Amino acid sequence: MIRFSAVTKSYRVNGADVPALAPVDLTIAKGEVFGIIGHSGAGKSTLLRLINLLERPSSGQVFVGDRDVTHAQGAELRALRSRIGMIFQHFNLLSSRTVAQNVAFPLELHGHADTARRVQELLSLVGLTEHADKYPAQLSGGQKQRVGIARALASKPEILLCDEATSALDPQTTASVLELLADINEKLGLTIVLITHEMDVIRRVCDRVAVLDAGRVVESGAVADVFLHPSHPTTRRFVAEAEHEEGRGPDYSGVTGRLFRLSFRGDTTYAPLLSQVVRDTGVEYNLLAGRIERIKSMPYGQLTLAMRGDNLEAALAQLRDAGVDIEDIAR
Amino acid sequence: MNPLLHSLFPNIDWAEIGQACIDTLVMLGGSLIFTVAIGLPLGVCLFLTARGQLHARPRLYGVMSLLVNVLRSIPFIILMILLIPVTKALTGVSIGIRGAIVPLVIGAAPFFARLVETALREVDRGVIEASQAMGATTWQIVQRVLLPEARAGLVASATVTAVALVGYTAMGGIVGAGGLGALAYQYGYNGYKPDYMLVTVALLVVLVQVLQMLGDHLVQRYSRR
Repeated sequence: MIRFSAVTKSYRVNGADVPALAPVDLTIAKGEVFGIIGHSGAGKSTLLRLINLLERPSSGQVFVGDRDVTHAQGAELRALRSRIGMIFQHFNLLSSRTVAQNVAFPLELHGHADTARRVQELLSLVGLTEHADKYPAQLSGGQKQRVGIARALASKPEILLCDEATSALDPQTTASVLELLADINEKLGLTIVLITHEMDVIRRVCDRVAVLDAGRVVESGAVADVFLHPSHPTTRRFVAEAEHEEGRGPDYSGVTGRLFRLSFRGDTTYAPLLSQVVRDTGVEYNLLAGRIERIKSMPYGQLTLAMRGDNLEAALAQLRDAGVDIEDIAR
Repeated sequence: MNPLLHSLFPNIDWAEIGQACIDTLVMLGGSLIFTVAIGLPLGVCLFLTARGQLHARPRLYGVMSLLVNVLRSIPFIILMILLIPVTKALTGVSIGIRGAIVPLVIGAAPFFARLVETALREVDRGVIEASQAMGATTWQIVQRVLLPEARAGLVASATVTAVALVGYTAMGGIVGAGGLGALAYQYGYNGYKPDYMLVTVALLVVLVQVLQMLGDHLVQRYSRR
């Protein structure tokens, strides 16, 4: 659906070219929720804006659908943009228009008929029907973002770009907006590209993720893989932040036995696997850390154990056979 | 004539005052219409062509900006005299109510344009970016985003300009434009009739006050933040 081919971007600052994006190659499939995570200044905002050409690449090509859109101009550019909705961290609603008029705005731009009915539809989709005649200043942050989403969906786009869409919202509102996005992705089959600096946002809604660091994609793949087995230091930091692990990490120096990190995915998460292995092999374990959560709709668990016993290898083999991923953690 | 009024203001011909009021209002209204008609598009052009804006043309911006600054830096009374040939060519008369409108507009339009540019810069960049992302043309952005979003600021700018124009019309009186300023100058100042000075100034104060209140009221109504 969207493809970046050796895309670079640099800005001229005081006569010197400052690179913002190293050559980026990335493919985003139709219908998926793709997350781009990075710290501020990593280039994620630039990367997102290359898709609807609010920014032009310095070199390389951008494909949307099967078309090379890198040099789209005029009517072609506007047609492309009408197929791509966008929502923003600070909502960017027109303050002089009511909720309904804001949602109608993109329809006016492209001369749609039957605007009123479409606006009604969209407002009920985002649950704002009774606020149709209010002005943005009278709404809460979460409601404003819902207006933003309704507006972005008005011209029935194939792609929705989310620019830090939940960063200005409180945790509870963030959860409800993310739920709405996941719902839209499922119901409308919309491709969603979102950028964020919170791993938690990625974990809740994304199918795949790319980690951006200093203008470079340092890691990408399915969210479960990246989240459970982060390989790049930046990714590890993001995952640690999501788990509220700060500082140098735990000190296991007084623990006896070998340390392992076990990752369960899907149904094995809820199976009584560990107790069965212990009964079968007679190994002992000591639970040091653990969590059981969901990545999008898939449950997963990750446990850090100290294990000891004569049949340790057999126990590990049995766990592996059941689909548990085991990492040997050196101290 | 009311005897009280007559004893307070012995020199005043009230019919003349009435005519002067009408003249001032005609000059003000006429020049304000043309000032907005010329200053608004000019202000939009200044905004759009400035560095980093939608249609950045630094050189064109530089030329327009210089022109605006030149016109704004010439004292109005000098501008009026300098413009006499232009006024004559445009209106057939060099002075009087109709003749005054030309220098009034040329003096006030650049001022208003600058205020328009400033008001448009107050529009949230994010809103403009969002409109671009929706595929709006520049004209659509001007018409449906910039002007409505800046409406309160634009009305405030028009109010400031109208008040400035009241001052300009009074100055115009000195070189024969008519209106309240002319009375204040001719009878009040040259003719040593302090009651004329008092009444005309009081009426000008009332006019400015009314304009400001009207403007503030509209700004209030259009503010949605």
